[in-house]
Amino acid sequence: MTEQKNAENGHSEELSFWRKYVFSTDHKVVGKQYLFIALFMAILGGVMAYYMRWQLAWPETAVPGAGWIPEPTAFGGIIPPEFYNALTTMHGTIMVFFVGMPFLLGAFGNFLLPLMIGAKDMAFPRLNMMSVWTLFLASLVMIASFFVEGGAASAGWTGYAPLSADPIHTGVTWGLNLWILGLALEFTSFLMGGINFLTTTITMRAPGMTMYRLPLMVWMQITAAVIFMLSVGPLIAGAILLLLDRTVGTGFFIPELGGDPLLWQHLFWFFGHPEVYVVLLPGFGAIMEILPVFSRKPIFAYKTIIWSTIIAGALSFLVWAHHMFVSGMDPRLAMPFSITTILISVPFAVVIFAFMATLWGGSIRFTTPMLFALGTVMTFIVGGATGIFNGSAPVDIFIHDTHFVVAHFHFTLFPDVFLGGFAALYFWFPKMFGRMMNETLGKIHFWVTTIAFNAVFIPMFVLGLGGSMRRVYNPLQYDFLKPMQGINEFITYAAIVLLLGQFIFMFNFFWSMFKGKKAERNPWNATTLEWSVSYPIPHDNFATIPTVYHGPYEYSLPGNKSDWQPQHEENEPVSG
Amino acid sequence: MLDHWFPKNISTYGGEIDSVFYLIFYIVGIGFLLGEAAIFYFLIRYRRRDGKKAAFVNGERWSQAAWIIIPTAIVLVLDLWIDFAGAQAYDAIKGEMPVSETIVQVTGKQFNWIINYPGPDGIFGTEDDLTKENDLYVPVNKAVKTILKSEDVIHSFFVPVLRLKQDMVPGRTIEAWFEATETGKYEIACAELCGYGHYTMRGFLHILSEEDYAAWVSENWPDTNSESN
Repeated sequence: MTEQKNAENGHSEELSFWRKYVFSTDHKVVGKQYLFIALFMAILGGVMAYYMRWQLAWPETAVPGAGWIPEPTAFGGIIPPEFYNALTTMHGTIMVFFVGMPFLLGAFGNFLLPLMIGAKDMAFPRLNMMSVWTLFLASLVMIASFFVEGGAASAGWTGYAPLSADPIHTGVTWGLNLWILGLALEFTSFLMGGINFLTTTITMRAPGMTMYRLPLMVWMQITAAVIFMLSVGPLIAGAILLLLDRTVGTGFFIPELGGDPLLWQHLFWFFGHPEVYVVLLPGFGAIMEILPVFSRKPIFAYKTIIWSTIIAGALSFLVWAHHMFVSGMDPRLAMPFSITTILISVPFAVVIFAFMATLWGGSIRFTTPMLFALGTVMTFIVGGATGIFNGSAPVDIFIHDTHFVVAHFHFTLFPDVFLGGFAALYFWFPKMFGRMMNETLGKIHFWVTTIAFNAVFIPMFVLGLGGSMRRVYNPLQYDFLKPMQGINEFITYAAIVLLLGQFIFMFNFFWSMFKGKKAERNPWNATTLEWSVSYPIPHDNFATIPTVYHGPYEYSLPGNKSDWQPQHEENEPVSG
Repeated sequence: MLDHWFPKNISTYGGEIDSVFYLIFYIVGIGFLLGEAAIFYFLIRYRRRDGKKAAFVNGERWSQAAWIIIPTAIVLVLDLWIDFAGAQAYDAIKGEMPVSETIVQVTGKQFNWIINYPGPDGIFGTEDDLTKENDLYVPVNKAVKTILKSEDVIHSFFVPVLRLKQDMVPGRTIEAWFEATETGKYEIACAELCGYGHYTMRGFLHILSEEDYAAWVSENWPDTNSESN
């Protein structure tokens, strides 16, 4: 046994640089690769947001820092409408598919899932390696689409046909084909990832790790994986049909050739709404790990949370047409979809109330991960609440396609992906890189990010109620929007602060990776299995597979001296 | 109190949309304030203090779970209230279309609104049709039926002061109606991304008084009276 272990360790040390850090089958390395792809793509998405915001505040003036973009994409830093449309399209696509998913599912799912369930690796390590490299390729394809003639896709991240179905409407040729290809590769990557998540969780749990002893992060990851696998099929089919329309002259979405533009919308949103929860749940999963640790309390109503999220996932397949209230579909369909949409707030209300009840009676420590976790909950409430307005069919007639909707979905996805993602990163950084991130910088980063975020998106609700349409290149074109231009300028200032604030994070992240304080094995006194192994974690994680005796959140057990009970220790720990 | 958020409303059904908005705003707003206040209170009340241990409450017992079941039940009831209020307003707008004598056809085309009037005979495709670009003339206090079409991509016919928004889908004919209560000149905007000139797709809705509308009709169809008699 010991010999075998040594042999394995010896073997892993012999791996070449390439096999160890680049083409690695180690889920921990794969997870970090996802992390770096996500962070890199987030910078791209952020720069695009900056270009758009500048254009909206001071239309058709040269954007500082855009002078390098060659003609005819931009003209001396001035962004033309074609490029503006490409920016909105690519910002959305990149942030949802190349930041949200890789950050929360790719990075944390891969890194944590085997560690949390007590497995030596993923069930299919080579498939895992292939999934991250497929995503890498997908990212290259997306980036490349900016450099082909005609520019990047500019039909909106929703790619509505027939604008997207025939190059004649936008002048974008290969840019949009590459957009479809990049998305198809991304879907493939996460399908492979999802198969791995599910198989690993079902078959490779440590002895004693029953399904109801799984940390909620694992539950959220596999629920998200299942939702993704069940919903993406129709969109993959739709994407192929769209590519055929564009390249070989079919007419699935082109009415003159007998097709129907609304078919695309149904296929897109059948996937699109569940996709929101694919991104949402893993971010919530991170919060569900962090709140108990820093409240020193079990998560409130563990099983109820699991079933609520599963119900929300199931309901998410019945709400897609709420994106289509004014699309021209039969108006009689609106109310049924309005009702399912508003009802989906019920399982999420359960989860939010469970978060609140977890805090009640706790012993709360305001560390950086905890601040970000609390920030996620408190800002997400705004996103959830404003969803009720969009979900109400009559109200949606007015606010559909306005900045109200833009503000709403940023209030759901930004807290989840960025605040939740940062919470997770500050929390698990010691396990990923063996060092602590700087707390002071982390707290400054938190306050700058949340305050600036709210300053960007709260005024955007007001813009939307004033009727301001999204995806409009120059709002000064309309007399009724001119009085609100001051709000646009304010939002842009706030957005610049928000983006600059991320330099604090970037400095902290890289500085801590090399110079940060060395982390103890379990710096937060957390109970789950990933904290039972020391950094650097060997390729096969556990020298001996641990046996699990406890649920994941046994904090402050009555009768125990210490306030935590690790899952793998039969009795209470001696030191606490 | 919140009126200045919206553009002014000059349609018969716009008030219904606005009042459903206010209903949701107050319900959701109160819930939001209570929720955030509770979190702030918990954070201050239960901050870590030396010698104070956290309570062990895992919420698995019914008596504990009630703490989240009861608020959730309240959310459900409020949801249904919002749904029913919304259904009534939606029915008033999208249900039975009122009978209207004024019919216009608006066709979206990158990047203009092509407006077709059927003329005195009320039939499209006859000689007395009139076609204009970007200017839509309608009478005040009369139900107007619009026939919405598109020639190329999806556009969305959006008149903020009417609270009217309806996508125009190529290959489909979609009807919408409105009844304006005030005269004046208002902007029409395209609300669905339709290409590089999307932001320039601006039109005007001219709502005319009964006399002005009659004058506009006789100006455009000078021999109306002789023809129809």
